[in-house]
Amino acid sequence: MSYISLSDQDKKEMLAKLGIGSPADLFSCIPEGIRLKRDLDLPAPSSELEVARHFESLGRENAYDRYLSFLGGGAYDHYIPAAVDYLSSRGEFVTPYTPYQPEVSQGTLQIIFEFQTLICQLTGLDVSNASLYEGASAAAETVLMARRATGKNKVLLASSVHPQYRHVTRTYVKNLGVHIEEIAWDEAGKIDLDDLSSKIDDGTAAVVLQSPNFFGVCENIGEIAGIAGAHKALCAVVVGEAVSLGLLEAPGKLGADIVAGEAQSFGLPPSYGGPYLGFMACRKQYVRQLPGRIAGQTRDVDGNRGFVLTLATREQHIRREKATSNICTNQALCAVRATIFLESLGGEGLREMARQNIQKSAYARDRIARLPGVRKKFSGPAFNEFVCEFPKPWKDIDRILQGKGILGGISLEPHYPALRDCALICVTEKHTKDDIDRLVQAMKEALQ
Amino acid sequence: MIRQNREPLIFEISAGGKKSVHLPELDVPETKGALGDIPVRSEISGFPQVAEIEVTRHFTRLSQTNYCVDLGFYPLGSCTMKYNPKVNEKTASLPAFTSAHPMAPDSLVQGCLKALKTTERLLCEIAGMDAFTLQPAAGAHGELTGMMLVRAFLEARGNPRKTVLIPDSAHGTNPSSAHLCGYTVQEIKSNEAGTIDVDGLSQVMNEDVAALMVTNPNTLGVFESDIRRIADIVHAKGGLVYMDGANMNALTGIVRPGDMGVDVLHLNLHKTFSTPHGGGGPGSGPVGVKSGLEAFLPVPLIGQKDGALFLDYDRPRTIGRIRSFYGNFLVIIRALTYLLTLGARGLREIAEIAVLNANYIRKSLEGVYHLKYDAPTLHECVFSDKNQKECGVQNIDIAKRLIDYGLHPPTMSFPLIVHGALMVEPTETESKRDMDLFIGAMRKIAREAKDNPDLLKTAPHVTYVRRLDETAAARTPVLRWEEGK
Repeated sequence: MSYISLSDQDKKEMLAKLGIGSPADLFSCIPEGIRLKRDLDLPAPSSELEVARHFESLGRENAYDRYLSFLGGGAYDHYIPAAVDYLSSRGEFVTPYTPYQPEVSQGTLQIIFEFQTLICQLTGLDVSNASLYEGASAAAETVLMARRATGKNKVLLASSVHPQYRHVTRTYVKNLGVHIEEIAWDEAGKIDLDDLSSKIDDGTAAVVLQSPNFFGVCENIGEIAGIAGAHKALCAVVVGEAVSLGLLEAPGKLGADIVAGEAQSFGLPPSYGGPYLGFMACRKQYVRQLPGRIAGQTRDVDGNRGFVLTLATREQHIRREKATSNICTNQALCAVRATIFLESLGGEGLREMARQNIQKSAYARDRIARLPGVRKKFSGPAFNEFVCEFPKPWKDIDRILQGKGILGGISLEPHYPALRDCALICVTEKHTKDDIDRLVQAMKEALQ
Repeated sequence: MIRQNREPLIFEISAGGKKSVHLPELDVPETKGALGDIPVRSEISGFPQVAEIEVTRHFTRLSQTNYCVDLGFYPLGSCTMKYNPKVNEKTASLPAFTSAHPMAPDSLVQGCLKALKTTERLLCEIAGMDAFTLQPAAGAHGELTGMMLVRAFLEARGNPRKTVLIPDSAHGTNPSSAHLCGYTVQEIKSNEAGTIDVDGLSQVMNEDVAALMVTNPNTLGVFESDIRRIADIVHAKGGLVYMDGANMNALTGIVRPGDMGVDVLHLNLHKTFSTPHGGGGPGSGPVGVKSGLEAFLPVPLIGQKDGALFLDYDRPRTIGRIRSFYGNFLVIIRALTYLLTLGARGLREIAEIAVLNANYIRKSLEGVYHLKYDAPTLHECVFSDKNQKECGVQNIDIAKRLIDYGLHPPTMSFPLIVHGALMVEPTETESKRDMDLFIGAMRKIAREAKDNPDLLKTAPHVTYVRRLDETAAARTPVLRWEEGK
């Protein structure tokens, strides 16, 4: 089936109006020589029932949801209030496009305006855009933005930023003459401030760090921002786990100039990696360097408050190759979900969620580190992820845990060869004490 | 779209003590000082605190001020606002897919990998390309990826070259994406027919040119009939042809870009393959390439070994990574659902009926609205406000008046080569009744432009807000709510 709504009679009338015998006649502008002379080689059409059945069976080929999982590393399994799915699946949110006609798009526009406000409140910065694709490209955009804002080409990127975010950043800037140097971490798992101080100079556009970083360790943003500021470099903080903003001091209050990252944690399920929700906020003076859409408040001819897309002179449809970014479609519906999520939880709910993540992961970290031969790899304070070093190869432990129906963590060795036998373990508010105890017990058995 | 009371911002109805969603009590012993010396916040200043019923009503009321495809005709040219089948939502919300963690071992997510692999294979067949990456999150992201591939390919041959040629009718994302890959953009002027001037192209094509970015059919809805010759000219000088697949809805099952001489293209799953636009995303912009460019595709690709699928990172010539994980997975599930529902016959039918519908509208409004170019068009047609300008009425007034008739306006002021453009793309899913409503409204508006132009200039009249002051919004930006302001 193809969701066509013309009747045979309709088609006949339309063809008559056009003076042709068949829709095929309308394609005479396409040269014979390049046309497809056969049917596409695709599976036969399916009914709705068949197609639904097909995907249910495909879903059963995934075994992931039968495991107790402690995987994080840039994708987090948080509780999603029922209102999020229910309200965000309204056709009025799902089936319009970018609000080019604001008079008939106030719903989307006001929600984006609220989203921007929430992001500003969480990050402690002045302005936010309407969303970016996801965390890694948001991190890359901070580098491009810092380069535009400072006119400088050197960027210091912490090695403790998510490996995929660093990889995407390098891919984005490869052809633009940006020089990236990485900053090491110290025993606490935080940025090595000596390494930072030795590499930063007045040609540095930005210091890009992640907090909580890929190891789950919270960085001392204030100190790093101070070092960056002394060299007129911007301090860009990437956030991979947005729930942390509920309890950690706002990075903007600690001196960050740009805060960007991944807000998947706000109401989007892990979904095998997407769609997620990139975000970006900055200080007021850089607003014209922000990439992506921005909603703003205005008045209509009757003096009523309304919202529009604004500052379009930054954007590709006006500025073409001189635009601040090439972004057109972004992640509006994901921003709607995040807004419903945050407004449903409220400030108290988000703080409580953040608190439980810290407490449950602290409990798990303590219990796991007590196991014989296991040690906390880093001494720095963790949000909801932490790294432990095991007395035997992680892949052996992982195999035993999987045999017990548990995914205990992410192996760090492929990303950081120096971190052999280390795993990144994530605990959220969704894990019960029993879940954690089960993990600890299984690890204990795996170590014997 | 009923007139209703003004809906406040959530922050304006927030108050301490209102109950929100609760989590279970903490069930582990509390660790004091878990955060060490890391500064914590005592509150999130200004953050809302409301009851669930208030959230529900807030979003329900706001939703009612949006126009959408589920509500009516949405002829936004170049955006392909076709109907979004509901079974796609059903398959994309299966817990087996939504719960799958992107760092899970490949062996536990074979269903996800199979869905991705199948989609790649089907897109290769539809576009006539040899390999696809599904990672780009949107069309412009696909363009960026595609141009990175062009650059990597040319670099491997010894010279990345300097310039990218782009017709003046192209989407703004094309020059912007090329620029982000370190290229200088050279615009090429369209001829009187609105298409690429082949002789002009031969003159500017040289060994400094990396690629031509072409949209086919172009943004006027006109098929570039000389595409083979165009590709030959570019190839003869060692350049590549990039195709913006935004308008692929006109071509599915009829002609394949890979058979036209295209080397790299992106498709928009949210246009051609029916995934919802979401008020501006999430989209998905897969990139297809000919075999010579396959080695450069972003990691990971999906490989197959001993009957199992795996994420393949062992790609030494890759451009790198262009986003985290593997693309907008649930958007891809929706598109795959659509492809499996339609099959070959259905895909050919969407092109045929999309083109029939667009031509029906064009024929019905010809003469009433000016058509700058008279070349035959496929899935869309671009009128202008030239006839109405004499009455002091512009395209924006026509667009806003359409809203009063319960219809979404066409794309305005694009492509740039048509002054006062109104770009109409009905798509294949519209009923004749809805198209006739649009045609009737457009004819009536043309009469109103003569008889009562003020009615247009003050439109819309029936919406939740009336015409908004966009100039003031940009001049004194208010981009967030602030307490007491």
